[in-house]
Amino acid sequence: MNAGERLTDANFPAHPEKATLEGKNKFLGFWLFLGGETVLFATLFGTYLGLRNMHLDGPSGEELFSLPLVFLATMLLLTSSLTSVYAVLSLKQNKVRSLQGWFLVTLLLGLGFLGLEIYEFIHYVHEGHTFTSSAFGSAFYTLVGFHGAHVLFGILWITTLLARNWNRGITLSNAPKYYLFALYWHFVDVVWVFIFTVVYLMGKVG
Amino acid sequence: MKKWLQKGRFLSLFAMLALLLMGCGDPTLSTLIPQGEVADKQFQLMLISISIMILVLVVVFVLYAFVLLKFRKKKGDESTPKQVEGNHMLELLWTVIPILLLIILAVPTVMRTFEFSADAKPASKNELSIKVTGHQYWWEFEYPKEELITSQELVLPADTKVHVELSSADVIHSFWIPSLAGKTDTNPGDKNKNYMWFDTGSKTDVVYKGKCAELCGASHALMDFKVRVVSKEDYKNWVAGYKAADDKSSANADGQQVFEKNCLSCHAVGQNGGNTGPSLTGFGDKDRVAGILEHDKENLKKWIKDPQEVKPGNNMPKVNLSDEEIDAVSDYLLGLKLK
Amino acid sequence: MATHESHKKRSGLMDWLTTVDHKKIGILYLLAGGFFFLIGGLEAVLMRIQLMEPDSKIFTGELYNQLLTMHGTTMIFLAAMPIIFGFMNAIVPLQLGARDVAFPYVNAVGFWLFFFGGVLLNLSWFLGGAPEAGWTAYAPLSTVAEDTGVDFYVLGLQIAGAGTLAGGINFLVTIINMRAPGMTFMRMPLFTWASFVTSGLILFAFPALTVGFFLLMFERVFDANFFNPDMGGNILIWEHIFWIFGHPEVYILILPAFGIISEVISTFSNKRLFGYSAMVFATVLIGFLGFMVWVHHMFTVGLGPVANSIFAVATMAIAIPTGVKIFNWIFTMWGGQIRFSTAMLFAVGFVPTFVMGGVTGVMLSVPAADYQYHDSYFVVAHFHYVIVGGLILGLFSGLYYWYPRMFNRVLNETLGKWNFWLFFIGFHLTFFPQHWLGLMGMPRRVYTYMSGQDLDGANFVSTIGAILMGAGTIVLLINIIISASSKYATTKDPWDGRTLEWAMPVPTPEYNFAQTPLVRGLDALYVEKTAGNGDMTPAEPVGEIHMPNGSILPFILSLGMFISGFGFIYSNWYVAGAGLGLVLITMFLRSIIDDHGYHIHKEEVEADIKGGRA
Repeated sequence: MNAGERLTDANFPAHPEKATLEGKNKFLGFWLFLGGETVLFATLFGTYLGLRNMHLDGPSGEELFSLPLVFLATMLLLTSSLTSVYAVLSLKQNKVRSLQGWFLVTLLLGLGFLGLEIYEFIHYVHEGHTFTSSAFGSAFYTLVGFHGAHVLFGILWITTLLARNWNRGITLSNAPKYYLFALYWHFVDVVWVFIFTVVYLMGKVG
Repeated sequence: MKKWLQKGRFLSLFAMLALLLMGCGDPTLSTLIPQGEVADKQFQLMLISISIMILVLVVVFVLYAFVLLKFRKKKGDESTPKQVEGNHMLELLWTVIPILLLIILAVPTVMRTFEFSADAKPASKNELSIKVTGHQYWWEFEYPKEELITSQELVLPADTKVHVELSSADVIHSFWIPSLAGKTDTNPGDKNKNYMWFDTGSKTDVVYKGKCAELCGASHALMDFKVRVVSKEDYKNWVAGYKAADDKSSANADGQQVFEKNCLSCHAVGQNGGNTGPSLTGFGDKDRVAGILEHDKENLKKWIKDPQEVKPGNNMPKVNLSDEEIDAVSDYLLGLKLK
Repeated sequence: MATHESHKKRSGLMDWLTTVDHKKIGILYLLAGGFFFLIGGLEAVLMRIQLMEPDSKIFTGELYNQLLTMHGTTMIFLAAMPIIFGFMNAIVPLQLGARDVAFPYVNAVGFWLFFFGGVLLNLSWFLGGAPEAGWTAYAPLSTVAEDTGVDFYVLGLQIAGAGTLAGGINFLVTIINMRAPGMTFMRMPLFTWASFVTSGLILFAFPALTVGFFLLMFERVFDANFFNPDMGGNILIWEHIFWIFGHPEVYILILPAFGIISEVISTFSNKRLFGYSAMVFATVLIGFLGFMVWVHHMFTVGLGPVANSIFAVATMAIAIPTGVKIFNWIFTMWGGQIRFSTAMLFAVGFVPTFVMGGVTGVMLSVPAADYQYHDSYFVVAHFHYVIVGGLILGLFSGLYYWYPRMFNRVLNETLGKWNFWLFFIGFHLTFFPQHWLGLMGMPRRVYTYMSGQDLDGANFVSTIGAILMGAGTIVLLINIIISASSKYATTKDPWDGRTLEWAMPVPTPEYNFAQTPLVRGLDALYVEKTAGNGDMTPAEPVGEIHMPNGSILPFILSLGMFISGFGFIYSNWYVAGAGLGLVLITMFLRSIIDDHGYHIHKEEVEADIKGGRA
């Protein structure tokens, strides 16, 4: 069977994302990649923890952070993770329209999160908390910005993926791609949970 | 414990003899000819570790030579050697013996590591204490209790424990007097101040060589300093002389004028002058020009004329002086002697 | 070659630019890495010429610092690692009995990123000066430098490093997913095992460096304050991040050499590896411990006795699995029939040299004594014993060993022996005296030393040795040139090999094995030689073989990174944006163009088998 062919309910495998060697390789490779990403974010967290109190004359995290706003952003991202789970469930049931719908919701929630983050950054800059104002500033924008860049990349990814496969069904070639995106999105979500805890909650509590 | 130390001494005697045959280097620079307590203990650690390691080397080399000689393929021998999977007894042996050897090494290692840092906190009032600041490419030495600041030359009394606080004015340097003690980095930033201590040893009227041991820029290689160890009495006199010194201690009035006009904003003499450059109090008594050149007028003139030529990348500007002015200021500086 | 899907057969330069074949990418890695090795070697010889005599004024100050920085950086990132990747690419899929690596396209991306990163870094020589802050680039020396040298360093290595990371993931997946039937983990040749562990180390060590480089780049290009104490920054963050990457990096380098030595010693002693399971376990353990010892590079920065002691003991512990390896090699030779080919000579030279580097490593792990060794020539001697005496001798051994498989020709053995003896004697002459120089008080990274410090003699000897090493390398070059101009002259199994890479005809068919082989034990080919007819038993009938298409996109993507690198170095955001745009466009193209590769027909494969080509 050609990997590009639309799957029917009759020949639909239990794990379409791992049904080919290519799919298996992508699945494993992506997990490993996320392992590397974990080290990357761990290093960024380490740097942030080392510098988070070095705000000099500028505002401290405690003065800056507004928990309701960040909480809203967190909710958006957590919900988007949930909707991507529904998309993967649709994938496993060969329901392509439902998959597209759930991923579109994921995409919109991701955009909402990104919008809030941009608003937040602009607000901080007005408060005198910039990338160059102190070591705290550099570390904060680098850590949170790296996460934001991951969200942005995810948005571009799912947009391309949906657009390219809009009129195709689920195939053995695109099933791993959908699946990997969902995996990526969960990872980005988990990193945010750590950012929410380490940056915002610990910043507020001191 | 005592026994072990004595063994260390015996070992050091033995190894010294062996090393002397090969040459141990300059007695004011080499770590192999330790002159103070800290360097001596470090040397003993070196000997313990190298003895264990030579034991390992000998075993491996003898075994290896035997294998290479014995098991060469002989011409015409087409038989297949026995394919051996392994041998648990042997493998256990060469796992356990190294573990034992390393435990033997680990004990003095941890002990000494704690010992060297135990006293490395800021000194108490009665102890001799200095603050070392690294600059690109010179060293500043402050004696807080004596309230004086010198540069490039550290004068210390013999048989004294010296507490050192280390920091840097620019990039990372590392403070190293191989004859007296291993190195410690001088880091910029208050958070990363370091502390160490060393003992000045019993020899007097000896000048040890000090080095910067962390790449710090173009003239890292030239960032030398000197440690002059003198008797306790001489040290007292030196402190008194240093504190009494002023910019009039040299008799060259023309030179003094040039100096005050062009140099004083960066270099201090006695109580006067700035502190961006090294203090020049008692310059006439020093060992080196710019830390590296032979201490004579020729070299001093060369240095003032074009500092970049001598020490690339250093921060001393090329001051626009006539040959006469350079001559005068050189005479003035060389005349700055302590009483 | 007929195909039913779109498949363009390219030739000449275009073939090399678009190839996704692991064998060709292996050759590309080897050539590019070899080229950078020559540049790094030249830099080393220039430094030794400057240090030949006291108070020498040939390469002073900044220029010398550029030489030392580029020598270290080039040798580690642009010579040693790519050559390792060259062997991994050329050999690992063959040893596994795989058709290719897991991600052939990503493999090509990895190579071109490394290549363009290396070129970018080396262009600094012509564009305002090379980096001068050492390969460790300690802040704040690296952040205050005003010229663009360090910018080239940070961007060049960032790009090359991304390629390395991609390569690491690729080999992990290849080894886990693509082993031939019967090739269990505990039947994998040691080189493949070492590649596996090395790839794992790359995966977990390189992202730390990626972050380090981002921080350094942000500090230099966007005025961030991570390492600026006046703005609340802390210089030690860089040192920690660098060595959290930097120490595993040492094992990333040395483990593949261990693997090569294991293969060569076993083959040329005509014996299976003694204590195979212990060797595998030791390799994994070394890789694991490699992550917990980074502070031994920082004993003098003032982290306190507790940290220093813990890391000292952890460092000592690494000596144990390493010692296991040494004894296992010796006992592999014990009772064997040792043939002294050039490959074996290098392996034989490796063992005692590496042991010497190892014992000085244990000496260095003693913090209180390390205060004397640290940043002195003793350290220089130590790591060159490990990296040149270990890694480079291992790579030379691998080159002579696998050259027939990679290039279908055998290197001349007489020249090979000249190469070995010149290099080996030169090596010890260069680096043995440096132990003494360090102990006698000579700091490292100095461009000169004054006479009258008893340092002259050893420095002179060291320089003579460096020149001999250079001569040895030139002999190797001559050997390669002679072989390149000679005809194919090899049988498929010139060394009486034991592992799968010697089971195919020469030249290796583009699909490797016509039929995936069935592996029946450790040293798969040797098993067939003694228990069968000497050929691998196929695990599948002859059939269609699926192959990936070549693509120019990896080249273009890496070119985009290269262009954006220039943009960031010169703070020209249009150029940086254009380069990154090109990267995104190639990624976009890659995702919208469906490329399912092509198939080689059963009849063609059968014809190849009949004609002895497969």
